[in-house]
Amino acid sequence: MQIQSMFFKERATEKLGDALLQGNMKKAKGKFVDGRARAVAEFGVWEELRTHAAKIRDRALDNLDAYLVEFERNATRRGAVVHWAESAEDACRIIVDIATRNGVRKVAKSKSMVSEEVNLNERLEAAGVQVVETDLGEYILQLAKEPPSHIVAPAVHKSKEQVAELFVQAHGKPRLTEIPAMTREAREALRDHFLTADMGISGSNFVIAETGTTLTVTNEGNADMVTTLPRIHCVITGIEKVIGTFEDFASLIRLLPRSAIGQTITNYLTLTTGMKMPGDTDGPEQMHIVLVDAGRTKLVGGDMQEMLRCIRCGACMNHCPVYQNVGGHAYGWVYPGPMGSILTPVYVGLENAGDLPNAATFCGECAVACPVKIPLPDLMRKLREQQFDRKLRPWAERMAIAGWSFMATRPALYALFAKVGARVGSWLGGREGLIHSLPGIDGWTKGRDMPAPAGRTFRELYKQRSREHG
Amino acid sequence: MGARENILARIRKAQGRSGSEPTEAEIAMVREAIARHEVGPQPPFAHAPDRLAQFRKECERLGTTHATVGSDSQVPAEVARYLAAGGIAPALAGWSEFAGLDWAGAGIEFRNRPAGADDTTGLTGSFCAIAETGTVLLLSSPATPKVTALLPETHVCVVRASRLLDTMEDSFALLRTEVGEPPRAVFFVSGPSRTADIEQTIVIGAHGPYRVHVIIVA
Repeated sequence: MQIQSMFFKERATEKLGDALLQGNMKKAKGKFVDGRARAVAEFGVWEELRTHAAKIRDRALDNLDAYLVEFERNATRRGAVVHWAESAEDACRIIVDIATRNGVRKVAKSKSMVSEEVNLNERLEAAGVQVVETDLGEYILQLAKEPPSHIVAPAVHKSKEQVAELFVQAHGKPRLTEIPAMTREAREALRDHFLTADMGISGSNFVIAETGTTLTVTNEGNADMVTTLPRIHCVITGIEKVIGTFEDFASLIRLLPRSAIGQTITNYLTLTTGMKMPGDTDGPEQMHIVLVDAGRTKLVGGDMQEMLRCIRCGACMNHCPVYQNVGGHAYGWVYPGPMGSILTPVYVGLENAGDLPNAATFCGECAVACPVKIPLPDLMRKLREQQFDRKLRPWAERMAIAGWSFMATRPALYALFAKVGARVGSWLGGREGLIHSLPGIDGWTKGRDMPAPAGRTFRELYKQRSREHG
Repeated sequence: MGARENILARIRKAQGRSGSEPTEAEIAMVREAIARHEVGPQPPFAHAPDRLAQFRKECERLGTTHATVGSDSQVPAEVARYLAAGGIAPALAGWSEFAGLDWAGAGIEFRNRPAGADDTTGLTGSFCAIAETGTVLLLSSPATPKVTALLPETHVCVVRASRLLDTMEDSFALLRTEVGEPPRAVFFVSGPSRTADIEQTIVIGAHGPYRVHVIIVA
């Protein structure tokens, strides 16, 4: 996907004024947040499992090269071809090459965020290959020619009326009003594609080192069609997805659907190892696994490696007040919300996504919701520090921070400034106690009033109280 | 150097190791950690005193219907009852392990082959079932094609009560003892296919079956 994150502020402003989007986002929020809360409450050992899951992920990430090589060895032993892609460009080239070498004309695809990252569909289409997205949400977006706005519910920003209109255009049938009827129409339209595709492309939520296994997690069953019916199966996934064992998977899968939407388990979980075995009547004749770096090694080993634990559940965005208000498209790349505010600047460059680590209230909800205990606000803070050090923020902002830092380390000066500031602020607020506009932060006060200070500082009030109460 | 070597070398450098390939000692350490097959914390309800009751409860939560019969020979009659009650045609594509049952006697046409696009019902067995989540586990093999559980609108699955386990971890232990290496597809099915991609409204019957009926053989 083309990076648009440099326009975060403009897009966020536009999205805040989009009444339709605001309505669609509000409908979804309760379902995600309440569903997760219920599932967590009935689980019993949620915190213990989060701690264990973080350990599982860290164990593999701390020895990432050895885990990957062990995975490669076992996958190869079972007949899969393992490819390594350093960049988005490499990943596309490898897959287009597999398609052209095998005379592939149609690809049926299940949801893969990595494929969105690398712009795979565009590249396959440029090579004359038809690509059909088969996850219902992704299919809707393919018809709408839009990128996903959520990593689990890609079309969360669309209303059923918008979907009905897209289906009329695409299927040429009468307009539908009910969601079950729309789902059936899409099922019928896609069934043919499953049966006639030459190649299936899927992602893999994790890859398992012990057995060389890739896997899919879906409710719709589309990934199972994609990995079973076409004669070639190609997996595209990130190098950070490796875990040790089936048991590690069992732990992580108790967290993933619960964190995503409050489901105890998804309808389908498939662990796929190698290709069709002798005598099998179904399954592909070739299996390819493309392991993609494309920026991930920049996070390895440093003070932000924890981000690679991410299992792509979407809980951080579901709980984020910023995401809830601006929606996924405002973030301008594949990954929105708190996890995207870290991954996007790292993968595509801090200079291209400077507003994202700042698009946070630091309320901390994302860190509480994260099933693998990624300290998301801390990581955003680290990116802010990098921005400051690399002089990537505006001059005025840097001066203001430097000024504040100068004062904050000199208590007497700070007290004097606070004392004057509190009185000036109180005077500016007038009888209502609200400041309508303030020079220097007028961008902020344009949309809201700032509550005025009470007139005296905390330290003054504290001293007074101590005197009165001894 | 190729992409593989570059990626591995970058990881190793970032984590304070040299070269572009893990050492045999490092691989041995990984294998040792793997061989422990460490099991993480499991929720209390995963070890319910009445395993069958837990399995049934979770099935119902997922929209899976269930029935219990005394022996294999009673399976065709239960299938006939279920199909008739749902107004579903009395014909199915089934796994060959069930070909010897008296289907004609129950008025059902049994097609001893993998399900195709035109079969309305698929009949499968299962490797085992999992009470914690109301899940059935299917393993792919020449005699147990996955498509039979996937393409038809109705999936009927036979589960033996003796093969009902508490957790997914238990099923992996059983897989290692009885089969060894995993087959191509280790396929966990938990209820009929569904989607919530339009307005987060749950709709049963996305790409896979609309109905899953589990027949427990006591």
